[in-house]
Amino acid sequence: MKNKFKKLYEWIDSRVQLEDLVKFMSKKYVPVHSRSIWYYFGGVSLFFFIIQVVTGILLLFYYKGSSDLAYESIHFIMSKVQFGWLIRSIHAWSANLFILSVFIHMFSVFFEKSYRKPREITWITGVFMFFLALAFGFSGYLLPWNELAYFATKVGTDIVGAVPFIGEPLKYFLRGGDDVTGATLSRFFGFHVALFPGIFTFLLIVHLLLVQRQGMSEPLEFKDSEKEEKKTMPFFPNFMLRDLLLWLVVLNILAILAVFFPAELGLKANPLSSAPAGIQPEWYFLFMFQTLKFLPAHVFFIEGEQLGVLLFGLAGLLWLLVPVWDRKSARGQKNRLINYIGIFCVLFIIILTIIGWVLK
Amino acid sequence: MDKTESNMAEKKNRRGFLKYLLSGGLAGFAAITIYPILSFLNPPKQTEVEVTSVVVGKADDMKPGDSKIIRFGNKPVIIIRMDDNNFRALSATCTHLDCTVQYKKDEKIIWCACHNGKYDLFGRNVSGPPPRPLEQYSVVIKKDDLIVSKEA
Repeated sequence: MKNKFKKLYEWIDSRVQLEDLVKFMSKKYVPVHSRSIWYYFGGVSLFFFIIQVVTGILLLFYYKGSSDLAYESIHFIMSKVQFGWLIRSIHAWSANLFILSVFIHMFSVFFEKSYRKPREITWITGVFMFFLALAFGFSGYLLPWNELAYFATKVGTDIVGAVPFIGEPLKYFLRGGDDVTGATLSRFFGFHVALFPGIFTFLLIVHLLLVQRQGMSEPLEFKDSEKEEKKTMPFFPNFMLRDLLLWLVVLNILAILAVFFPAELGLKANPLSSAPAGIQPEWYFLFMFQTLKFLPAHVFFIEGEQLGVLLFGLAGLLWLLVPVWDRKSARGQKNRLINYIGIFCVLFIIILTIIGWVLK
Repeated sequence: MDKTESNMAEKKNRRGFLKYLLSGGLAGFAAITIYPILSFLNPPKQTEVEVTSVVVGKADDMKPGDSKIIRFGNKPVIIIRMDDNNFRALSATCTHLDCTVQYKKDEKIIWCACHNGKYDLFGRNVSGPPPRPLEQYSVVIKKDDLIVSKEA
């Protein structure tokens, strides 16, 4: 058995020179310091993405993307297909945990200032993937064509309409018409299973190649220490085994959540029914939703909603471009301002999410 | 000397035990992951209503030489009104590779376009690749209604 594996390895090695890859892997080190734990969340996010791809493909075997059949097909998956309820629940839970772990990964990178030169491109591809993760969540939410999804999409696309100049045409494009209809469902289905995965995969490849090429980012204070003082751990196998162990733990958490709190289906969307009381977006949109609710109808000459959308848009742009305007970290100096901004963002998101959740 | 040797053996035993434990655990893990996925892919059985007869329509709507394909449960059945005014009903699924056959009025045969299989009007495979005759259905006319049913 062992001999056969060795033969297979040699067969491939003589053609694609695996030896170089092994050498590269064995030279890769992960810095060890008090905040090393945050290095794991990129891998955890990747794991959730893989689960989404696998369960998403499985769901595609039975899902029907039309307003007449979508709800019924999910009902069929949940009640008739063996383990259908489990696969759908895992997809729904993993989506939520994916976004949570992406949040953690992104903020830890932000606080470590790991986006600083030379890792600007890694950060920018990462932020785009974060936006895509939210878009995945938003588009996937409509696919069961139930009451909650229908109204969430109405509200969400309506907010897009508040963007100055391009808002209205963009809303029309997203909805595939004036209203949320079967045309919207077809579009969102296309976005969710074809367009977004394509773009995401490309960004992910760039992101991961850069991480391999440049190695793990070291904390700022490592700069002044001698090479002998820096504690490190080999990526292979030490870090990778820890990574895999964590994936296993995460998978168990996911399984427990999916089994004990399976995804619900609710009522089928009906354009003639009223929005149910207590309707809310998913938790990761809640802080923005709640902010828009708090804004007055008019602030000076501008509509409250427009102002909110503009502010969030501006914040998103600044967030994306932080490696460009944070000159201090790029020079290797400490930048307290970044910490304050980060803490403000985290507190803002947490507090408004809680308020939104309590004020339901 | 003996002691170290037995120590080595014990270590080897422990290593072997851990190896089995780990690989067994991994195999079990793989099994409980793959089993739900395979079960999920297995399409659930849809309960089919057993159809024994179908009302096709008025007998007078079909003229001699006409044919049409109707749904009999989930399967297509071809009905032909022959020149002697009698009706014939046969399974429309070619016994070769599942294509749906058609009636060729001019040649008075049932023909499958996929691989040029030919049947006579009793459903007997007369030329081409079909291995078996077409299944026969019985046709009765009740108060001008054309009724096709499975032959007993």
